[in-house]
Amino acid sequence: MKLVDIISLIDLEPLVVIDDPDYQIETVCGCDLMSDVLAFSQEKTMLLTGLTNPQVIRTAEMTDIKFIIFVRGKRPPKETIDLAKEKGINLYLSPLSMFECCGRLYKAGLGSETMRSID
Amino acid sequence: MQEQIILRNKIAKGDFSRGGETSSNLKEILRKLGIKSDINRRVTIVTYEMEMNIIIHSLGGEITVYISSEQIRVVAEDLGPGIDDLERAFQPGYSTAADYVRDMGFGAGMGLNNIRHYSDQLEVETGKGQKTKFTAVIYL
Repeated sequence: MKLVDIISLIDLEPLVVIDDPDYQIETVCGCDLMSDVLAFSQEKTMLLTGLTNPQVIRTAEMTDIKFIIFVRGKRPPKETIDLAKEKGINLYLSPLSMFECCGRLYKAGLGSETMRSID
Repeated sequence: MQEQIILRNKIAKGDFSRGGETSSNLKEILRKLGIKSDINRRVTIVTYEMEMNIIIHSLGGEITVYISSEQIRVVAEDLGPGIDDLERAFQPGYSTAADYVRDMGFGAGMGLNNIRHYSDQLEVETGKGQKTKFTAVIYL
């Protein structure tokens, strides 16, 4: 699904825009546990999270995630936005809950990632 | 190529504001060295988990990364206080992290499991009241 379609589907406000709105998003990961993101995420996924601290950007950087959506209208602090700009990571804000965001995206045809089994 | 050091950084206890800087620097160094992105990703995830563990759980420590033509070796050494029950620490979901750490999204009990998953070889030296040393090897 194109980013531009996701923007209208879950009412996204752009905070840091690096990539083109035609960028193709393949999968979504909804998660507030950063070690779970590190454990299960693939690249080219979009991260939906309620956490707004700079460690979210660090986690995205390590896993090559390029898009982060902050849910529930939680606006990230300046240091998070500055780090995202420095690392070239796109940030958006949705006023909707995690459940509502995931539900709308899933219904529109976006899938979840293939999870690895736990060792 | 003989093994050489490509990064050595001290990590301070509780320094969350700089958490991830070492791993971020490493990612850039590996990119410049032309390391494949999937290998880079595995090495930096392992290093990031080790870096955050030093910040969250230890009295401070150091991370050193070595490279040769065959492998990348990440060594994380801290000043203690050691891991009491190592087998339990590797269990997915088990964590001793404080609530304020969990509020930041860490302490989910996947850190050591992640380090083992993304490494080709892993050695751990630790014990209650001792220093801890993690040595992870990722083949090129």
